[in-house]
Amino acid sequence: MTTRESDREPQGDASDSSWTMWARRWVLKHLPPEKLLPDGQPSYVASWIYVFGMGAIASLIYVVASGLVLSLNGPAWYHVSSLGRFVNSSHLWSVELFFMTMVVHLWGKYWMAAWRGGRVLTWITGVISFAVSIVAAFTGYLLQTNFDSQWIAFQAKDALNAVGIGAWFNVANLGQVFMWHIVLLPLAVAAIVALHVLLVRMHGVVPPLEVAASDAQLRADSPAGTDTTIGGGAR
Amino acid sequence: MTETRPSVSWRRGKDIASQPWTGATREYDLLKELMIGLVAVGLLVVGLSAIFSSPDEPSITLKSWATNAPADFVATATAELGGTSDTAGYGPPYNATAGATQTLGPIDLQSLSGVRIPIDTAAAFVTGPLSLQANPPDALRVWAAATPAQRTDWAAAYADALAKAPDNDPSQVAPGFYGPVPALTSSLLAMAKRGALDGAIQGEGGFFNLDYTRSILFLGDGTYFVNIANNAHLTGDQWGMMNETGNYPGQSWLWLFSLWYQIPVIGDAPNADVLVVGLMLVLTLLLALVPFIPGLRTIPRWIPIHRLVWRDYYKRR
Repeated sequence: MTTRESDREPQGDASDSSWTMWARRWVLKHLPPEKLLPDGQPSYVASWIYVFGMGAIASLIYVVASGLVLSLNGPAWYHVSSLGRFVNSSHLWSVELFFMTMVVHLWGKYWMAAWRGGRVLTWITGVISFAVSIVAAFTGYLLQTNFDSQWIAFQAKDALNAVGIGAWFNVANLGQVFMWHIVLLPLAVAAIVALHVLLVRMHGVVPPLEVAASDAQLRADSPAGTDTTIGGGAR
Repeated sequence: MTETRPSVSWRRGKDIASQPWTGATREYDLLKELMIGLVAVGLLVVGLSAIFSSPDEPSITLKSWATNAPADFVATATAELGGTSDTAGYGPPYNATAGATQTLGPIDLQSLSGVRIPIDTAAAFVTGPLSLQANPPDALRVWAAATPAQRTDWAAAYADALAKAPDNDPSQVAPGFYGPVPALTSSLLAMAKRGALDGAIQGEGGFFNLDYTRSILFLGDGTYFVNIANNAHLTGDQWGMMNETGNYPGQSWLWLFSLWYQIPVIGDAPNADVLVVGLMLVLTLLLALVPFIPGLRTIPRWIPIHRLVWRDYYKRR
């Protein structure tokens, strides 16, 4: 028995119905490599305000890294070890920087009306990541295993009980808080931030509010239209 | 020629914001920028950690409470026996005290969970731990044999006497009909001073117990724990939610949450917590939905801070 040439050829119909091929086509259409890993940006991306989004991501990387080191030895390690104390301190300060940069980034995007042009999901995922990060940080404060965490657990229980969730999200239950802080909430923050960043890459950075087709930087006949270094400032 | 107002709509249309940028570009290296960000933030994190470290006030134990504030400890233990403490009078999920839940009109979310973490304060905080001792006090048998009404009367009489005693000192209480209550509370005080009560209450959940609900509620029923927090500016009426022990930044991002508690009409309301949580949920939802809300989404056009952000672009128009 011989194999016919037609048996070896890819079947067009099969390719069309393949889930994997569909996913590949979708990804390549919406997020081609030049969008995912760009080597250029529109000329208007030239302001210090753009630094804060990347600053938040860099801070988050330090939050996760220092948290991973802390998780090697447990939440009480930093009470008895100077190295543990330093790692705990870096966890605290990276969280403070994360929130500081994230809040400036959020306000910046508000004043830029950055939801324009089909970018509404980027805005919403940004707000959700801010809200979920607040819950994640809150569980971290509960996990300090010191007076502050005792007091926060005592105080916070009333608000949670008042809205009926204290029975399931018990802030005085260290085991439960531990798992929320090191597993569930980091996964949630990482997932929502990753989605947020992918959406930014898919849609690109929102252009100026008063952008017009007659602008020098949009006219092909203008020297600015071909300038690849215009407005070179920090993102 | 009429100048059209810039659109702040979230919708994808035919405007420039909705199309791929076709104008001038500038060089940009995503990974290089990430690396620069990591180095800059890393230097800040290491520098701040090395200079300022982090706060770590030791936790309060039942032993330190009994040792430093024995009168408060005994008064609290008496309230636990008599069912008059905050925990005993709490609603769900710890107890089912009538009228103790926070409601929003007819909505009573607190009752939805039911009593899922039941705490009988007399048994959990006093008689249970005392019965674990090698030589339990005889007063336990008297207490066990008494009717609920008799127990309440004894505890109430002793609580009144403690309140009237000089410095609330149990050793200076006037004679009266207190039943086994003084013996029970003094035994519990001695047990706590030895450090045995911390383990006894925590051990009620079994050998492996990471649930500190009972210990924290017992501490909170007294005034010793609350006074320490008050002195550290950590209570709700002191913006405590966003404060940290010492001179460290706390959860400053909770400023708006804390703010509502400082407004008397909200902070003093019997349902303050449910009001504040409800307000914050609504405000968070509004923030997420800003692009859909006329007025809120138009403010960036009315107050053109964007001209500062894109001043270089606008200069070259």
